[in-house]
Amino acid sequence: MQESYALELIEKNKRIDQRKFDDFRKIVIEQGIIKKAEGSARVKLGETEIIAGVKLNIGEPFADTPDEGILIVNTEFTPLASPDFESGPPGEDAVELSRVVDRGIRESKCIELEKLCITPSEKVWCVFIDIHIINHRGNLLDCAALAAIAALLNAKMPKIVDEKIVRGDYEKNLPVVAKPVNVTVGKVGDKYIVDPTLEEEAVLDSKLSISVMDDDGICALQKQGRHEFDVADIEKMADIAIKKSGEIRKLLK
Amino acid sequence: MTEMKKEEVAEVVVPGEFIAEKAGRKVGKGAYYEAEKVFAEVLGIPRTDENEIFVIPLSGVYIPDIGDKVVGTITTVEISGWMVDVNSPYLAFLPLSEGVAEFVDTQRTDISRFFDVGDFIFCKISKSTKNKTIQVSMRAIGSRKLLSGITIKVTPSKIPRIIGKNGSMISLIKEKTGCDITAGQNGVVWIRGVDKAKAIEAILTIERESHTIGLTEKIEKMLG
Amino acid sequence: MAKTDEKMIVDNKRIDGRGFEDTRPVTMEVEVVNRATGSAIVQFGGTQAISSVHGPRELFPRWMQESETGILRCRYNMAPFSVEDRKSPGPDRRSVELSKVARLALEPALFLEDFPKATIDVFIEILQADGSTRVTGINAASLALADAGVPMKDLVAACSVGKIDGQLVVDLNGKEDNNSEIDLAFAIMGTKKKVTLLQMDGIVTRSELVKLVKLAEQTCERIYNLQKKTLKEKFKRV
Repeated sequence: MQESYALELIEKNKRIDQRKFDDFRKIVIEQGIIKKAEGSARVKLGETEIIAGVKLNIGEPFADTPDEGILIVNTEFTPLASPDFESGPPGEDAVELSRVVDRGIRESKCIELEKLCITPSEKVWCVFIDIHIINHRGNLLDCAALAAIAALLNAKMPKIVDEKIVRGDYEKNLPVVAKPVNVTVGKVGDKYIVDPTLEEEAVLDSKLSISVMDDDGICALQKQGRHEFDVADIEKMADIAIKKSGEIRKLLK
Repeated sequence: MTEMKKEEVAEVVVPGEFIAEKAGRKVGKGAYYEAEKVFAEVLGIPRTDENEIFVIPLSGVYIPDIGDKVVGTITTVEISGWMVDVNSPYLAFLPLSEGVAEFVDTQRTDISRFFDVGDFIFCKISKSTKNKTIQVSMRAIGSRKLLSGITIKVTPSKIPRIIGKNGSMISLIKEKTGCDITAGQNGVVWIRGVDKAKAIEAILTIERESHTIGLTEKIEKMLG
Repeated sequence: MAKTDEKMIVDNKRIDGRGFEDTRPVTMEVEVVNRATGSAIVQFGGTQAISSVHGPRELFPRWMQESETGILRCRYNMAPFSVEDRKSPGPDRRSVELSKVARLALEPALFLEDFPKATIDVFIEILQADGSTRVTGINAASLALADAGVPMKDLVAACSVGKIDGQLVVDLNGKEDNNSEIDLAFAIMGTKKKVTLLQMDGIVTRSELVKLVKLAEQTCERIYNLQKKTLKEKFKRV
């Protein structure tokens, strides 16, 4: 019921929490919070909260990339985070989120997968990024992408002794050489807003999720929402995303 | 953090905590009794007088009681009435006869002209069976359709504080913001007016700080 | 983690330096997921559980509704990153059993007859696992239910007790759990003192059982007091 109010405000160039259209909510990043994981991070974007954990296992490489490590992103829309989430295998929203976060990380080549080869064609490191939604107050995608990269930056590689992984005994950091940042820009009428809250998401016409690299290149795009936008919108939204991603990247260590 | 007086903090009880001996008194909402001892059922503030022992909960969903005056939203138009969302695990039914005073020929009339999906109404809980099948009525004085405006939800147990003694708090907010406001016992507050944001902020502050001393002054200051 | 030949008791102390009747450091907090009706997070040393409650709410599908009473549904789940060897997402047989066990530990404390046709949904996620996860989850769920304003007869406090290297101990961590001769999970209503969970792995004599249950009761009393304090302090938070 606060959704129609959110729309009313946007039409008057205001937002429920008094933010400007191009302001993100307060971002808090904590790394290394899950001791059992090789890397982890908790990110709070306003009241939306997500924990990402990085686990490393040894596995077989894909046939077409025999000397590269493997990256797998999974997301749990845990029912505790929202009365609208149900138990069970990932639904289309969870699958989409995983794949978009994956794209941002993979296309930006921020993990040097060639350095994760142990024995070519036989053994490589598999990097699992598991995203766990803790509280859903809107803009899960940007929060999840941020948690994923923060967890990767925090991740360390365990030693291998006699072909077995010795957990807790770390050799070096996971080779992460870039910091892709995802910014979702929503469109309402002719206005653009970033970091929509739950109520705002319900009234957006459409959204464009843009993953931006350190050099302002764009490595992933995903249009979401049930309505269309103009070609001209794309450029404008990309500019907003590039600007905001620079600010957010400064928060990552 | 607001400074708390010692008595205020000591007052909160947790479920299972002993409150008092029953001593012939009525055991009201939020409390239960075993043998002659009364215990809390919910996290909240206990209240005892010579007639009754009950606990005001700090949180919790709305469970309808007969006589409650609530702000509801029409969810579906049925053949001879409407289903109403009263912010509860239980949907309520508003029969045609309880909603419209005039005679209506249901064969020829589309009753959505009286109440349509999404309309807000201020009504009374008129019936509640032991299986919690709920009926509401618009016959009571004060019942009406609430035109335009928006609604917000707060913890139902905070509504008395939002209304205030003899309506003093809600009148203050209405006066200072120029808004029309109706608060339902089901935790739904309807607001219409230009200065909604100010009214909403005041209401949410009361919800958050309902147990503190000096709240009235704080709200007066906030509204200017 | 596999059983090792390591000694669990060295110089009359446990490998993490604790006394036999000491729990690990415990922290508790409520109202941590504001999208839920009630929520809590509880940590016992390296084990961390977060729980939230949605409801009472309407129960679908309709045929599942009980006209005379509400029902309690509970889901216990371990996050993939919570353990040494990544756990595949989704329920496995252990999670299914623990979901049931957790539900039965909490149900006796609720007034379900007050909510005919409705459901109270409790979710427990283990974020970090280092032994005694089910009892940590139950402690969190009990707090979350109270935080949600769900009418309860009592709070439920839970703990693990067991035997390692012939010694009876309280609150087993992961290593102790894997190398224990007895591992017992216990939950009790805080003031009514009714036991709602009792599970044991291992071989225990009758007299050991009596001692273990007593240890569990004493430990749960301390945990109950902390739960009570945590809830009362929520009230202070403005």
